[in-house]
Amino acid sequence: MKHLLSIEDLDRSAIERIVERATRFAEVSDRDIKKVPALRGRMILNLFYEASTRTRSSFELAAKRLSADVVNFAASGSSVEKGESLKDTVLTLSAHKPDAIVLRTPWAGAAELVSRWCSAAIVNAGDGKHEHPTQALLDVYTLRERLGGIDGASIWIVGDVAHSRVARSNIIAFQRMGANVTVVGPPTLIPRGIETLGCEVRFTLADLASADVVYALRMQRERMSETWVPSLREYAAWYQINAGRLTARQVLMHPGPVNRGVELSGEVLDSPQAAITAQVGAGVVVRMAVLYELLAGAKAPSPRRQRSHIAGGDDQPEPSTTDALAEGEDSDGAVASGRRHGA
Amino acid sequence: MTAALLAHEPHRPADVLLRDVRVLDPRAGLDARQDVRVHRGEVAELGAPRTLPAEAQEELIEGDGALLVPAFFDPHVHLRTPGQEHKEDLNTGTRAAAAGGYGGVLAMPNTDPVLDSAPLLRSLEDAATRQARVPVGFLAAITKGLQGEQLTEMAELREVGALGFTDDGLPVQSAGMLRKALQYQRLCGGVIALHEEDRTLSRGGSMHEGPVSAALGLGGIPTVSESTMVARDAALAGYERARVHFQHLSCADSVEAVADAKARGWRVSAEVTPHHLLLTDEDVRGMDTRMKISPPLASEEDRRALVEGLRSGTIDCVATDHAPHARDEKEVPFEQAPMGTTGLETAFAALYSGLVRGGELELELLITRMTAGAELFDLPAPTIAPGQPANMTLIDLDAAWIAGEHGWQSRSENCCFAGRRLSGRVLTTLAAGAIVHREQALAPMAVR
Repeated sequence: MKHLLSIEDLDRSAIERIVERATRFAEVSDRDIKKVPALRGRMILNLFYEASTRTRSSFELAAKRLSADVVNFAASGSSVEKGESLKDTVLTLSAHKPDAIVLRTPWAGAAELVSRWCSAAIVNAGDGKHEHPTQALLDVYTLRERLGGIDGASIWIVGDVAHSRVARSNIIAFQRMGANVTVVGPPTLIPRGIETLGCEVRFTLADLASADVVYALRMQRERMSETWVPSLREYAAWYQINAGRLTARQVLMHPGPVNRGVELSGEVLDSPQAAITAQVGAGVVVRMAVLYELLAGAKAPSPRRQRSHIAGGDDQPEPSTTDALAEGEDSDGAVASGRRHGA
Repeated sequence: MTAALLAHEPHRPADVLLRDVRVLDPRAGLDARQDVRVHRGEVAELGAPRTLPAEAQEELIEGDGALLVPAFFDPHVHLRTPGQEHKEDLNTGTRAAAAGGYGGVLAMPNTDPVLDSAPLLRSLEDAATRQARVPVGFLAAITKGLQGEQLTEMAELREVGALGFTDDGLPVQSAGMLRKALQYQRLCGGVIALHEEDRTLSRGGSMHEGPVSAALGLGGIPTVSESTMVARDAALAGYERARVHFQHLSCADSVEAVADAKARGWRVSAEVTPHHLLLTDEDVRGMDTRMKISPPLASEEDRRALVEGLRSGTIDCVATDHAPHARDEKEVPFEQAPMGTTGLETAFAALYSGLVRGGELELELLITRMTAGAELFDLPAPTIAPGQPANMTLIDLDAAWIAGEHGWQSRSENCCFAGRRLSGRVLTTLAAGAIVHREQALAPMAVR
């Protein structure tokens, strides 16, 4: 595996391989010294065009636990704000010869595009409303930890499916792992044609009790200005997952950050059914497994020999795990509409 | 009077004998092997194959049965002049037209500045007399700056040569605004050509709304964004007894709306592009920005309806909507990329390979529809008949080539057919009496 661009590129056995490796890396997280030398001397570039705390810091932690060097490059305050194109930025940063680039952008297809412009392994950390494959992998990991397996499970994805890259990656990944997926939300936020991905489409929570897993999506407040729904109040009345709707046997998931009182009520968020904290923890080990797969796995390209690194030469301060993961993050970034000129 | 409305660079009138070519001119009811003599830029005589003697000072082109058709006419191209010459200019755009077998094109006014005033139109016509390889005419804007708020000085623009009016690239969103333009047309004439799109429905979209947009997470543009505007504006044209032309139809509902308008006797015509006749939203799956087009490539059902509309005559002509963009403008994520594909150099070969060889359309009908654009804008239809100016295209139907393999005449390379293997190569184009294009492999066989 050279890149991780889309969950579509992974068959069931590839997903299982990554998830199982993540299980082994979970042991590392429990040690006093949370580091293995697997990627020592490798350089990983985090290139983020959107605000992201959770995904970026978990990739950073994952890289550092594998002893890789990490460089963070955020679009704000950089040449990007001075009008540099994505391609020029990537070509410029490629001069530093990163082994992998972790890329988050507000544009669908950007990760694949970048993979054609440079030789580094590309990890799609979210491309517009298209995909967020590592989120899907960590969700599969979390569910396997909870349920043992997800074959035959009924998973309901609830909320703003139209603007959610998490929904798109998870619809594919959950089905590939044998689950049945239903998407439910207001008709204005369910994209026409989504059923061709194999999922069932519903517009009410009437039969929510039949779900084994309830996966709530973030309802972005920005959507209100575009009148996708009449009000957050009405949205919550129809689609909020609360104690009256969630049953004791169900697992509750959410990609974060949660709008408490909108898509989830406070009581379910703090309930034992909620696997949301487990998802965050899974983020680091699954991303370790992904980076390992790409840079040290059986089919990964061998390290370039011309570069030498000082052992353990990680000049960045280690962020504390709790600080880095506590802040909120926008996992379903809004996408600017394309420029139009000419015909 | 109309010929003067198209401008081109000075030409040397051709003296050519095209020996043993298959002349296919549907308007003249002709489909036969012939010798065709062009003398001083005019068709001088037609005769049985290998019967006309080559004369001194005459170039001899051995046809060996190659197809000779009236030169194509494209009522919808973007030559990007003034202001966006890094994409295309009058010379490169009309060289691309010549290479595609076109003998005339109409340029759209969404330039920078917008072609919305008589002085600018005059300067463009003047530039065309020095730079245009094939005759080029201009449509002026309907509204100033394409803002949709104030009519251009349509009467004055007509006086200095505007062949019609369009806000192409954008719709005239306000029905009231369009109605005024249609009323004013009674004074000044000129076809009003319409890019149909309801921006309240298309906003935020970058491709056709359907399973592919849902899977890719790209904002969808529903087909009703176009078809409801076609229906609205057809009704306005009917009410005002105005003459309108619908540009680049993209979906089945629009074809139906045009058919309905024609059945009511309203004065409407329509065009369709090669890409909408050949490609669908499935071709967008790879998020290749050359497939990002306005209106967007729609479903297979829509594509079939467009082919059927072209066959039945509901759609009058083929237009390329040749829309060049620089490489760096298209080498960006799909949502950021500008809309449009080039098309002049591939139109015939793509349609011949896809529709004629694919069994969806007869060759004769394709030639009819690729030459029909001129008459829609009150220009003489190109025809191969004695006394007519030489406007004709010689084509090797069996020559296979890879689109773009030897580069392009256009300054831009954003062609949605690039890399495809096509059949049908334009060998020679004569426009306004002169040879304006020769396929490079075809050197003059004999010059005496």
